Amino acid sequence: MDFKFTEEQKLVQQTAREFAEKEIEPIATEFDESQTFPWDTVNKLSKMGFMGIIVPEKYGGAGLDYISYVLAVKEISRFCGSHGITVASHNSLCSGHILLAGSEHLKEKYLPDLASGKKLGAWGLTEAGAGSDAAGTQTTAVLEGDEWVLNGSKIFITQGSVGEVAIIIAVTDKKNKRRGHSAFVVDKNSPGYSIGTKENKLGLRASDTAEIVMEDVRIPKENLLGKLGHGFIDTLRVLDGGRISIAALALGLSQGAVEESIKYAKEREQFGKPIGKFQAIGFMIADMAMEQKAAELLTFNAAYLKDKKQPVTQVSAMAKVFAAEVGMRNCTKAIQVHGGYGYTKDYPVERYFRDIKLCEIGEGTSEIQRLVISRSLGL
Amino acid sequence: MKIVVLIKQVPDTNEVKIDPKTGTLIREGVPSIINPDDRHALEAALQLKEKYGGSVVVMTMGPPQAKFALQEARSLGVDECILLSDRAFAGADTWATCYALALGIKKIGDYDIIICGRQAIDGDTAQVGPQIAEQLGLPQVTYVKDLDYNPEEGTIVVSRAMEDGYERIKAKLPALITVIGELNQPRYPTLKGIVAACRHTEYPVWTAKDVGADLKKTGLDGSPTNVKRSFAPQPKGGGLMFEGGARDQVDQLMEKLRKDNVIRER
Repeated sequence: MDFKFTEEQKLVQQTAREFAEKEIEPIATEFDESQTFPWDTVNKLSKMGFMGIIVPEKYGGAGLDYISYVLAVKEISRFCGSHGITVASHNSLCSGHILLAGSEHLKEKYLPDLASGKKLGAWGLTEAGAGSDAAGTQTTAVLEGDEWVLNGSKIFITQGSVGEVAIIIAVTDKKNKRRGHSAFVVDKNSPGYSIGTKENKLGLRASDTAEIVMEDVRIPKENLLGKLGHGFIDTLRVLDGGRISIAALALGLSQGAVEESIKYAKEREQFGKPIGKFQAIGFMIADMAMEQKAAELLTFNAAYLKDKKQPVTQVSAMAKVFAAEVGMRNCTKAIQVHGGYGYTKDYPVERYFRDIKLCEIGEGTSEIQRLVISRSLGL
Repeated sequence: MKIVVLIKQVPDTNEVKIDPKTGTLIREGVPSIINPDDRHALEAALQLKEKYGGSVVVMTMGPPQAKFALQEARSLGVDECILLSDRAFAGADTWATCYALALGIKKIGDYDIIICGRQAIDGDTAQVGPQIAEQLGLPQVTYVKDLDYNPEEGTIVVSRAMEDGYERIKAKLPALITVIGELNQPRYPTLKGIVAACRHTEYPVWTAKDVGADLKKTGLDGSPTNVKRSFAPQPKGGGLMFEGGARDQVDQLMEKLRKDNVIRER
């Protein structure tokens, strides 16, 4: 086992970190407070190629491996979870689904704009009545001549209002339980397509989360993404990769918690010495670092398996749950290390704490992940 | 236009620690970066290339791991990278370093301008740029914070930063300049640039033999100076504050200076 990163991976990590520290960190708190989408920095990330990180070069992307992808999302998220989830969901869910299931026509039509960040992408699976129970989807797609007609609404969609392109999962055969859903690529400017509520969230507040409403939205027949009736199967495969990127998001926030705690424990003095010198705090941070390392290795293992095109469902589910739960513990402890100051907005740890909670919920709750893992064990 | 940029891979001194026993830098485990002033040099070169066309050749002298610094430079969009590396170069002071670098630049040949960072954060001498200019017989301007190139005349006009202002200096190319941070905002690598740097680029290594170096003039042997000791300075004391009106304070100050033998009456 070679645990070394390649020079390419190191450069990606270094570049993401430097950009995030210099350009994103100074504005993160302000955009979190105002819940404004950080177009300026997102556009800069696009220019650097981060919106096409896993898209092959032939479609205008950087064509990097999953380890580089995890490193990039992690380093960006270290300073701002909102930027991290924007990059992750745009790449893994929207571009990822088109890459996985799209016809050559759809790939050529949509991937270059998504990879360059000219258009941001959303992925619409969740509905008011269909969260973990994705089979409860009510959105319908009916073929009328040369067009599919979509009706329904999706909620909690990342890039829901700023995205120009959305993948929509809809029912195409009510009677077919296993092959009754299909995926479609929908342009935002399609008549009948509108944005509903923009969510007011606990965390990741600069990330755009909104409702999409479709009333007789007509899209070309060619915009069926993947085979008819394969929407669900493809969704599961898309989520295998998406899970790894959410694990990376969690790793980044968790790393922020660890680094800020170490820094604070060295500076803050009580009872005549830096608080890090007391075992209560030192041991707390030691545990944080230990769990962080374990979560990193598990996540990189998942990325490695994905790169080698080996079965990854179990490990990616494990990575997502573990990284999210380690992140929750670390971000909570980070506030504790900071004491009263950690409870104020003057320090970033309260934002990491609010941001990390999503990782236990989005792209498959920890409960669903445990279902995936237990099934993979034959239970 | 052919632009040569010299860079140095240095330890990230934000992260560096001093060994309390020896007083020297602990380099182990410290990440290596491109010297900050050199990133401004690279940016200046890339901007010239974008505006006037041509190519940017980057050279660094260092051990094999300095290749990573060249990969980073390549990922920014420079055209060619050369690693000047040989055991014979090890232990060199700035004089012997510049002897080797100048030979390397002569081998590159046909350049219009050489751009260096003002100084490296590990050595902090600021000697390399000027010494290379001398070795090559080129006009030099240091502490450049503003740069304009006139392609018809083949000249540059720069602002040279001084403590209390700046000078405007015109130089005929080929020339060497050293640049400071005020000059520009260094760009970030792009992912495509990183891929090109790591998958599609060669990094030739030039040895002492390749550049025709006289081994007596390189490395420790070729160094007229050597570092005797480096240490962290003792923290300064709080200093002495004088109280009272201006006249009073001056009297107290004069008394102290006399007492400490800093000044003497004739």
